[in-house]
Order: sequence, then structure tokens, then C-alpha cells
Amino acid sequence: MSTVDTVLWGVLPYVTLVVLVGGTVWRYRYDQFGWTTRSSELYESRLLRVGSPLFHFGILVVVIGHAIGLLVPENWTSAVGIGQAAYHVQALLLGSVAGFATLAGAAILVYRRRTTGPVFTATTRNDKAMYLVLVAAIVAGLVATGSGAGVVGEEHNYRETVSAWFRSVFVLRPDVAAMASAPPAFRVHALIGMLLFALWPFTRLVHAFTAPVGYLFRPYIVYRSRAETARARRGW
Amino acid sequence: MKVMTQLAMVMNLDKCIGCHTCSVTCKQAWTNRSGVEYVWFNNVETRPGQGYPRRYQDQDTWRGGWELGRRGRLKPKSGGRLRKLLTIFANPVLPNIRDYYEPWTYDYSTLTTAPLGDDFPVAQPVSLLSGRPTSVEWSANWDDNLGGGPANAGLDPVIERLRSEAEEKVRFSFEQAYMFYLPRICEHCLNPSCVASCPSGAMYKRSEDGIVLVDQDRCRGWRMCVTGCPYKKVYFNHRTGKAEKCTFCYPRIEVGLPTVCSETCVGRLRYIGPVLYDADRVGEAASVADPTDLYEAQLDLLLDPSDPQVTDAARREGIPEDWLDAARRSPVYALTKVHRVALPLHPEFRTLPMVWYVPPLSPVTEALSSTGHDGEDVDNLFGAIDTLRIPVAYLAELFTAGDPVPVRRALQRLSAMRSYMRAVNLGDPPDESVAARAGMTGEDVTALYRLLAVAKYEDRYVIPTAHEAEGRHMEETACSLDFEGGPGMHGSGPFGEASGRPRPVSVETFHALRHRQTSPGGPGDPEARVNLLNWDGKGRPAGLFPPKGTRPEESA
Ligand code: HEM
Ligand code: SF4
Ligand code: SF4
Repeated sequence: MSTVDTVLWGVLPYVTLVVLVGGTVWRYRYDQFGWTTRSSELYESRLLRVGSPLFHFGILVVVIGHAIGLLVPENWTSAVGIGQAAYHVQALLLGSVAGFATLAGAAILVYRRRTTGPVFTATTRNDKAMYLVLVAAIVAGLVATGSGAGVVGEEHNYRETVSAWFRSVFVLRPDVAAMASAPPAFRVHALIGMLLFALWPFTRLVHAFTAPVGYLFRPYIVYRSRAETARARRGW
Repeated sequence: MKVMTQLAMVMNLDKCIGCHTCSVTCKQAWTNRSGVEYVWFNNVETRPGQGYPRRYQDQDTWRGGWELGRRGRLKPKSGGRLRKLLTIFANPVLPNIRDYYEPWTYDYSTLTTAPLGDDFPVAQPVSLLSGRPTSVEWSANWDDNLGGGPANAGLDPVIERLRSEAEEKVRFSFEQAYMFYLPRICEHCLNPSCVASCPSGAMYKRSEDGIVLVDQDRCRGWRMCVTGCPYKKVYFNHRTGKAEKCTFCYPRIEVGLPTVCSETCVGRLRYIGPVLYDADRVGEAASVADPTDLYEAQLDLLLDPSDPQVTDAARREGIPEDWLDAARRSPVYALTKVHRVALPLHPEFRTLPMVWYVPPLSPVTEALSSTGHDGEDVDNLFGAIDTLRIPVAYLAELFTAGDPVPVRRALQRLSAMRSYMRAVNLGDPPDESVAARAGMTGEDVTALYRLLAVAKYEDRYVIPTAHEAEGRHMEETACSLDFEGGPGMHGSGPFGEASGRPRPVSVETFHALRHRQTSPGGPGDPEARVNLLNWDGKGRPAGLFPPKGTRPEESA
């Protein structure tokens, strides 16, 4: 276990967390007006209509997959009778389908950004950096999934290394050794992932944090009193 | 009964001369910023015509407003909550910028920098979206004044429906062609489908005055409201990524001033006043089965402000006395409910719109005078209203979901008024029977005449002021000093266009104007121009004239 390992897997995750949480709270407090999807559908919808759902539904499955893979310990799944082999087959299948859908969606979105005049002019440097890291994370994730399942290279049970490390971070006793022993593909993916999360609060990706789930539970018509809005903040 | 108050507007279409002053002053006040170039909170469209955005009335395509589901329950035509969330990643029916128009400017600098030659230099149009040369093909008023001409009438969704309903061709031969102007703002509906479509709950109806607003801090750019509004009066600011809409000039209204469009209207045809309505019955009124009953149901929601039962109930809701007083003097209540000459625009969208229109008698009077008849004779007018089926049917499609009866009544009342008042003006004894034929008394006619023809400023605008304990919030520009030099004054904060703290609208406008007036000219920057419309005539903004030494003969 070298110093580099300690820095990468023992320090960096906390830096990322601080930036992610601190940045999000800060931006939520001070940049409500900038907190938006900045939809570009007004300019172009033909490609968006294919690319955006493909990307978003893909990434939602990917997120759920990560949550299960990282948060549910292996002995829990074995306890309900899902063996390592069975787990890996479903993870590989579902993971790669969702991953490729996400990648294809992202490819369409990037192509659209580059080729549609108005969308391209509305693309900020911030957007470009975000897409670079986002696509890198997806690609690295797909490589890791493939290699971990033995499609390319040696099979690897990441739930004993990556997942153990991930959970250990949150109980403040980072298991640096576990992560350091994971194959390079996983380490690269984790690093890019941390970079993505550190960038998150400062890009348009914040829109995901305000996914409008509450819409399902509120009455259609919203009334607000003028007195109330004038006191809290401006109403326009 | 739960009494609520609503500030509503009436426009008298007979007086609209289609000058677009309202649109221009509104634009100057609210949407002269980048990102909202194509946004017209107020627009004036020629009817018959396509409207703005093109064919917005065709809800089979645009799916705005509400519809009755199975078991007669109201739901947004574009789908309920779950469906909205499932299609949020790409809204299936969002209008494209081309359904409005691609905003553009001109490359003016070539006019002054082109080398000496035989040809006149030309300022090429440049797209404000892509920054590339473009050709101008459509705009907010491309079919202005074309009216019922054969090339245009066929594209009007209202005509289309008329044709399919009448199962005969509505002909627009040149002789028969007619037209009138329809100025439109947001309807500040009692049952706003834009609010219902907003997933983040950023849009709301103000409980004190019924003004429908977008909370710019809470809007997340899900752009569902644009689809939700059947009048297409929520627009997406493509620079900030937030929805914007007509605000009923609330900063003016709160201090008792009329909206900018009303204030500047050349025809003085707009009226503003509060109405009281029964909020408990809004859902019921919006869901009556037969669309032609919607007008009556909507009218029925408006409560009589002189009825002691109503005022008692209103006081229990905490509605202040000056609002009740204003409601009693409200020109909107008089024109809609007392005289019944003002009708709602497209009640069949089921949003219960609160901008009402006095239908134009002019297509009828014009037909009469062009055939040599007396356009102020009550017999002629009544006869013409009945025989000129097409204008009446067209107006009915606009204002009463196709029911000609209320339109005919309104036109008859206007005719009776014309005839009756002519007698009065000529010193003849007024003829009560003329009034009676339109179901009115001479007194009613005189009152209607006073409202429509001679109403003074204070009679047209009865606007109670907002009640505010903390006065400093009323001053719209109160924090302009905090703002001076603030982050991202115009252009970009760290996270893209206009991120940072929200700023008072007027202050932003002020800075945007100054920025544009003073930014250096150059063909590369589409913003860099002196917009003479924005120039208040004071001082000489840099860039008004080309810099010294750049004139061809000087540098030569
Ligand atoms: C479940 C919550 C989410 C919702 C409701 C949502 C919704 C949206 C919407 C409405 C847009 C605008 C599309 C347009 O009209 O231009 C958008 C864009 C985008 N979203 Fe999401 N999103 C969610 C989660 C995510 C996540 C988790 C990610 C990435 C990790 C993401 C990445 C993006 C990107 C990159 C764009 C820009 C697309 C483009 O225009 O190039 N979103 N999202
Ligand atoms: S007209 Fe105005 S209040 Fe009515 S649905 Fe449209 S935006 Fe909303
Ligand atoms: S300012 Fe008045 S008369 Fe002129 S177009 Fe507008 S509503 Fe019509």
C-alpha cells in the first residue's frame, strides 16, 4: 500500500464528497436562477427525442445498478440464494445493455450538440468539460464491466474490492488496500467517477438533484400568496 | 362558496387598429433581452390567420389545455402527471423555434465598411441563434393584414374547423374577405393548465389577484408549461433555460397602474378591473360536458359584488374593502356579466381564460356600407348579423366554442347601441324599442355606451393597490444599488447565461439596454449593435456612429 494509494483511495474520496456536498449546498443557496436543465429542445428536437430518453433511461438503470452493486454486500445476495456466477451474469447483461444505451444516447446528444448550429452556439465550455468527463466515465465503466466479467481479460469479483472500499468510505474507515488491489480498469473508472462527482455541482448536471418527483403528489393548480412570495424572495 | 379575486381584462375588438403599439411597448418593457428575442407577451394577430406561434389554436397538434377524461374528469390534454414525467427527457410536443421564428439581426457594419464599388452594400440577415447568415422566412407578424385572403385563410385552424363542421366550403372570395385584429396576452386563467403542467411547481397563481407567474428561482427548465398552455403564452428563454410569460405587469398593477399594453393602447380599447369568483366551483365549471356550455359556466363563476351574501363571504376570506369597492366599479364585471358583450377566447380549452373580448361588429358594418346600406340602421344591422353567417360563425369558433347565440346577442347589443345613440346624438327622441330588441333598456344602452365610447382613464382601469406591510418590497427597483457591479451583470455567471442571484427585472433590463447600446460594433458579435428602438434619445451611445477614421474616404 503506497502513499499514492492512500491519497487516491483514502483522501480523494473525501475531497470529492466535500466538494460535491459543499458545492451543491452552496449552489442551491446562491444560484437558484442558474439551476436548470438549460433545455435545447426549442432549437432541435428530432435527434433529442431519440438521444435524450435513451441516455436518461440508460443512466437511471446504471445508477440503480451501481447502488445495488456498491451498497448491497455479497453475503446478502448469497443469503437469498444468488450465487456469484448468477449475480455476475445478470449484472453483466443488465449493466452492459444499460451502459451501451447510455453511451449511444450520449453519442447522439454530443453529435447533436456539435452539428446543430444553434445548439452548438449555446454550448458552453462548462458543457464541453462535463461531457468529456461524463463520456469518459461511461466508457471506463463499460470497460470495467466487460473486464470484470471476463469478457476481456481476467474475471474479477469487484464486490470484494471496489464495493467493500466504497462502503468503507462512508463509515470513515477507508479500506485502501481493497481498492488498491482492484484491476486497473476499475481504478480508472472510480477515479473518473470521483472527478465527475466533483464537477457535478458546477455543471448543468445539478438538474438531476431536483428531479420533480413531488409533481406526482401535488394538486394540479398551485396558489401562492403575494405577501408570502414578496417576503421570501422575488416572485417573478 | 370560497370567494377569490381576479384581475381581468376586456378588449374591445372593434377599436383595434392593429398598430402593434401594445406589442412593442410590452417588448420594450419585458422582453428586449437576449434569449427572449422571439417572445411576445403581447402579440396582435390578424384574423383569419395563423396566429403566433403558427397555428397554436390547433390542439390536435399542440395538445394544450385540458380535456375530459373517461368518467368526465379533467386532465391536461398532453397527459397526466406520470405521463409528463415519463416524457420529460424529450417533450413530445414542444413547438420548435421555427414555429415561432428564428430571431435575427442584420450585419449592419458592412454598410459602412464595404469597400467603394459599383454595387450598393447590403446588410445581410444574421441568425441570433447560430450567428450565421440566414434568410428571413417567417416572423411574429408575417401574415399581418393578409386576413381572409385565399392564400392565408386555409391555414387558419379556426377556418379549418368551421369547414369540417359546416361540411361545406367557407369561401373567401376577394369580395367576401374580411379581417379584424386580435391582440393577445396571457389569459391569467382561473384553471391554468400551464401551472398544472409544471413539474417543479414553479408556476403559480397569485391568490390575491389571480396573476399567473413563473418563479424564476424554482423553474428548472422542464419546459412542460409551454406545451400545457393552449394559447402558447408561456415562452422558453433559450439563454437562461427558464420559462417566462406575461406578468400582467404586476409591478405596475401592485401600485394601481394599468399594464403597459393597456396604458399605451392607441385605441384605448382595454379595460382592467377585478372580478370576484367562486373558487370552489372552478373545477366543476371547467368540466361541464358540452363545450358550448363552458361560456355560461365560466360566466356563472363570476359573483355579483353588490350581493351582500357575496361581500360577506368575501370579507370572511379577508378580501380587503377597497377590492370589494373596486369589484363593484369594475368595467370587466360590467362588460362580461352585466351587459354580456365580452366573451372569453376559446373557452373550449377549459382553462377559464380571464381576458375577455367584445367581438367586432366591423365585419358586419363594413359589409353593409360596402353594399350601400346604412350601417347604423338597426334593421339593417340585425338583418346583416343573421345573413352574414360566416363572420358570426367564425367569431363563435373563437369565443364560444361554436355557439352563435352569445355572439349574436353581443353583436345585436352593439348594433342597438349604435342605432340608439345615433338618435340621441342627432337630437331625436331615443327609441326604447331599439334597445328592447337587444334585450336591454335605454338606460342599459347608455351605460354600455359610456363604457365603450367615453370611459375615462379611471373608468377603464379600476385597479386596487396591493396590500403590503413591508413597503420596501413594493419598490421594484429597491435593490438596484446592491446590484450595481454584481456578478454576471449581463451575459454569464460562472455556470452559464445569467446564473447568479436573481435580479429585479427592471434592473436587468436597464443593464441589458446599456450593455447593448454601448457594446462595440462588429460583425462577429450579433449583440453588438445600437438598437435604435432601445435608444431613449438621450445622449449618444457609443457605436451610434462609426468610430472616427473608419469612413472610407477618411481612411483612404
Ligand atoms: C431523473 C432525473 C433527470 C431528469 C428528470 C432529467 C431531465 C433532463 C432534461 C429535461 C434535460 C433537457 C433536455 C433538453 O430538452 O435539451 C436534460 C438534459 C441533460 N441531462 Fe438530464 N435528467 C435527469 C437526470 C440526469 C442524470 C442522472 C444525468 C447524468 C449523469 C443527466 C445528464 C443530462 C445531460 C448531459 C443533459 C444535456 C443533454 C443535451 O442537451 O446535450 N440527467 N435532462
Ligand atoms: S393563457 Fe396564461 S394562465 Fe392560461 S394556460 Fe396559458 S400561460 Fe397559463
Ligand atoms: S395598441 Fe391597441 S389598437 Fe394598437 S394593436 Fe394594440 S390593442 Fe390594437
